[in-house]
Amino acid sequence: MLNVALPKGRLGEKVYAMFEAAGYPCPSIYEENRKLIFENEEAGVRYFWVKPSDVAIYVERGAADIGVAGKDILLEYEPDIYELLDLDIGKCKMAVAAPVGFRDNTQKTLRVATKFSNIAKAYYDSKGRDIDIIHLNGSIEIAPILKLSDVIVDIVETGTTLKENNLEVIEDVVPISARLIANKTSFKFKTEEIENIVRNLK
Amino acid sequence: MNNILKKYQEYGYTQYKMSKFEEYDLYVKNKDFLISDNIITFTDLSGKLMALKPDVTLSIIKNSDDDANSVSKVYYDENVYRVTKGSQGFKEIRQIGLECFGKVDDYCLLEVLALATKTLGAISDDYKLDVSNLTIISDILDECDVSTKVRNEILRLMGQKNIHELEAVLTKENVEPKKAEILLELTKTYGDKETVIPKLEALLPGNEGVAQLRKLLFALDDNNVQIDFSVVNDVHYYNGITFNGFVNGVADSVLSGGQYDNMMTRLKRKSKAVGFALYVSMLEDLLFESSEYDVDVALLYDEDADLSALCDAANALRADGQTVLVETALPKAIRAKRVMKFKGKGIIEDA
Repeated sequence: MLNVALPKGRLGEKVYAMFEAAGYPCPSIYEENRKLIFENEEAGVRYFWVKPSDVAIYVERGAADIGVAGKDILLEYEPDIYELLDLDIGKCKMAVAAPVGFRDNTQKTLRVATKFSNIAKAYYDSKGRDIDIIHLNGSIEIAPILKLSDVIVDIVETGTTLKENNLEVIEDVVPISARLIANKTSFKFKTEEIENIVRNLK
Repeated sequence: MNNILKKYQEYGYTQYKMSKFEEYDLYVKNKDFLISDNIITFTDLSGKLMALKPDVTLSIIKNSDDDANSVSKVYYDENVYRVTKGSQGFKEIRQIGLECFGKVDDYCLLEVLALATKTLGAISDDYKLDVSNLTIISDILDECDVSTKVRNEILRLMGQKNIHELEAVLTKENVEPKKAEILLELTKTYGDKETVIPKLEALLPGNEGVAQLRKLLFALDDNNVQIDFSVVNDVHYYNGITFNGFVNGVADSVLSGGQYDNMMTRLKRKSKAVGFALYVSMLEDLLFESSEYDVDVALLYDEDADLSALCDAANALRADGQTVLVETALPKAIRAKRVMKFKGKGIIEDA
């Protein structure tokens, strides 16, 4: 039996559809209820919904053998796992955005508001730029408007939210998509099962 | 754990006992070799800055003879103090392990690998030891002419079995297609020696690193040992043969080790070295099965109980192999499988 952690929400539903098409269905998942764990003994899978940012933790600690997490989460938390497949869905990018017409004054420390402190730090470290990270948990877009920060580092899908707040992308940091990850120990002891899933999902 | 230590003694290893403290200076000079930068320090009575050991290996090397003609073999069972990933503070971590210094040859490597499998086998029958030969990978990377940053990135991706991103990096960095193909193939190749070694020999004909893997793993002949090139942990620490051990039921590798000649060179030593450590703290869940009860029997006596009769009654139950707690009343936090009352001269009844 493989334990599979899926991210709750729209992405998770798409991911489940991929697993279903790959031969790992679990029809009870469509029942309208508040259950979080679904099992199909025949197909040898047990799915559970968890908060997207927690998928990596479930997998790293072995509560889930495999799971699907956004690359943003993997870069931010750097879990010690195997990253087996780029599922090519949930595509977006991590980018630096600033108010339209922003000029980066390199004489002073750049103030960066973000949910992804680790990614922002690594990105600016690689450029040798001194920054002040302001860690926020949501509504990042208003930080530059209220002069809390100069720029933001955030996920950009369509860019609509940015446009509505008079912001624009000034630099791309890294492309993001959903990845299939596996716990290292699980991979050792359930190699074949995991390899089969990877093959069927490709 | 004692049977593991006994195993090391059987192989002629002697125990290396050390102090909890070490001069901080040792770690400043060798920061690169430490897993975490955080060290607990304090000033001793003479004003010297001391540290609570974050690592065992450095201390053992420091105090060992630099003899390149024979091998000195030691084992240890020590606590180290580190900040582990995700924890908010320092942790005391128990490590059991062994080190060999000196003329480390293939026999010595074989013996260390065998002891690693015996260590894992003593914990669980369901274990796996992943073995890699970093020489194979670093020889190819040396020929690839990439910056240290890219090199580390490639190794990191190999460690994650992240083929899709590895492919992208190799293309982006214009790594010669033939070399890139080999690196990708090495990442995809893992499993038992019978399948993997012939594949490697076809991929890298005449390669000495592959020949060494063949020699060692066929001599070791343990079906729980696999070849896996994702074992790239700490490349500035390890070189050559490296390995990670897993037991079913523990989420992360519980044993890791390998050759660390680079580190010896950096410490200005002529001799070579190999060793491994078992992270005992990680085995807690596996070793201590949570029992439903604290004691088998709680024997409650009243004030007029005859003391010697009470002791006899408790001892009789203990002789039966049961754990017996003798009290006047059962403490709130204790869960007993069976609660019995002792009255007067020996009337025992279930409460």
